[in-house]
Amino acid sequence: MLELMATMLSYPFMIRAFVVGILIALCSSLLGVSLVLKRYSMIGDGLSHVAFGSFAVAMVFNFAPMTFTIPVVILAAFLLLRLSSDNGIQGDAATALICSSALAIGITTASMTTGLNTDINNFLFGSILALNNHDVILSIVLSIIVLTLFVIFYNKLFTVTFDEPFASACGTNVHGYNMLLAFLTAITIVLGMRMMGALLISGLIVFPALTAMRLCHHFRQTIIWSAVLSVGCMTAGLLFSYLWGAPTGASVVLTNLFCFIIASLVARLKR
Amino acid sequence: MTELLRCENVAFGYDGNIISQDINFSVHEGEYLCIVGENGSGKSTLMRGLLGLTAPVAGKIKASASLCRNGIGYLPQQSPLQSDFPASVSEVVLSGRQNKHFWPFYNREDKKVAINNMRLLQIESIKNKSYQQLSGGQKQRVLLARALCAASSMLFLDEPVTGFDPLIEHDFYDLLDHLNRRHKLTIIMVTHDIEASLEHATHILHLAQRQLFFGTVEEYRRSEISALFLREGNHA
Repeated sequence: MLELMATMLSYPFMIRAFVVGILIALCSSLLGVSLVLKRYSMIGDGLSHVAFGSFAVAMVFNFAPMTFTIPVVILAAFLLLRLSSDNGIQGDAATALICSSALAIGITTASMTTGLNTDINNFLFGSILALNNHDVILSIVLSIIVLTLFVIFYNKLFTVTFDEPFASACGTNVHGYNMLLAFLTAITIVLGMRMMGALLISGLIVFPALTAMRLCHHFRQTIIWSAVLSVGCMTAGLLFSYLWGAPTGASVVLTNLFCFIIASLVARLKR
Repeated sequence: MTELLRCENVAFGYDGNIISQDINFSVHEGEYLCIVGENGSGKSTLMRGLLGLTAPVAGKIKASASLCRNGIGYLPQQSPLQSDFPASVSEVVLSGRQNKHFWPFYNREDKKVAINNMRLLQIESIKNKSYQQLSGGQKQRVLLARALCAASSMLFLDEPVTGFDPLIEHDFYDLLDHLNRRHKLTIIMVTHDIEASLEHATHILHLAQRQLFFGTVEEYRRSEISALFLREGNHA
């Protein structure tokens, strides 16, 4: 096992994958708990599609993909938040609308110029080979920002997630904290998309939170377990993908699915 | 006494329908106001309006400058979203202290206040239990403890005694009396319980899509509307 780890980590791209993967897993799992509980899970999915669209556009016009995509996705996050706070099916349908439109824009722009090549494929399904040193540094810096903001505003995010009317009555800027949540999610999605792929990144947000909620009944416990599970599944997923040459994003999501099923069974047995 | 809140010709509604209208009253420091009326008479909406959560479609709600947001405690009706929420009782109660200082984490004082309020509502023994596993009455007491943690000047209660057994209900009204009289806490309560309102409150606001009565409890007892409402209540 140690030997395997040693050979695996002798490849620079694997080291990059582990660093970025673990950071993304950590950020997405922490935010995921709030997003799932606030019934905002769809936002993750919507944003990843928007990120794909803007990646494709950036490629065509030769913009730096990350620097172009991050602001676009942040804007989309605020828009989606506004739609879903309008309540009900309308907001839900609007998210689906944005999802497919962004995907369509991305695919059309790409196929008109370069064609549906490996790059586009990588954006959709993820690739660890696509990560360069610039991505790693950006991921480290942004993850530190996400994690710090999350820790500082942990108590506020709890209150806003648990009971918006109460928080708002006591003078908390609920809208501001929802924006913060959307902002942090947007950054996490863009960072994770390279590796996980636009179609799979939302799994990273939803799965650890849902698995942890099967096992824990306290908020702090749920957050901690979600983080531990997410990092564990990311490591295991990367390992499987290295050993059997399976696509990374899919391996990570499948590992998460496996944990979720186990946790659901355990929860059922305990009841 | 300082005036804290004033409603002038206020009306609420949505999608073009008026829920309640012609609401005119004011609340002063140290008062204990009960908002009574049938189901669907617009009581909860009015309370949400006073808290700034719902905007009135007409009229004005004026809050005085001395009414500080971070001194307000609010007990909303339980939301179905919370039924699968993983949170411990103490996490929920402590969250009432969120706006008491600039520092983002809870300090020793916050924890002390939370413990005291849990003791007052007799939920200290279940403080490590999960909120989702509690009975309706227990949940209600947890949310109340949270509201008390937040309330240093004013307490808003929306149907607070739902799910209480009679003994706890009695203790709860005593607790409110104590907070109102000794600690000068201003209380506004939406309730079905007209008998208890007459016994404990200082003022009554009677709503039925429009304002039927506003005044002190003594005035209300003498009014025609109360006679009618009380008789109906006894029949039910």
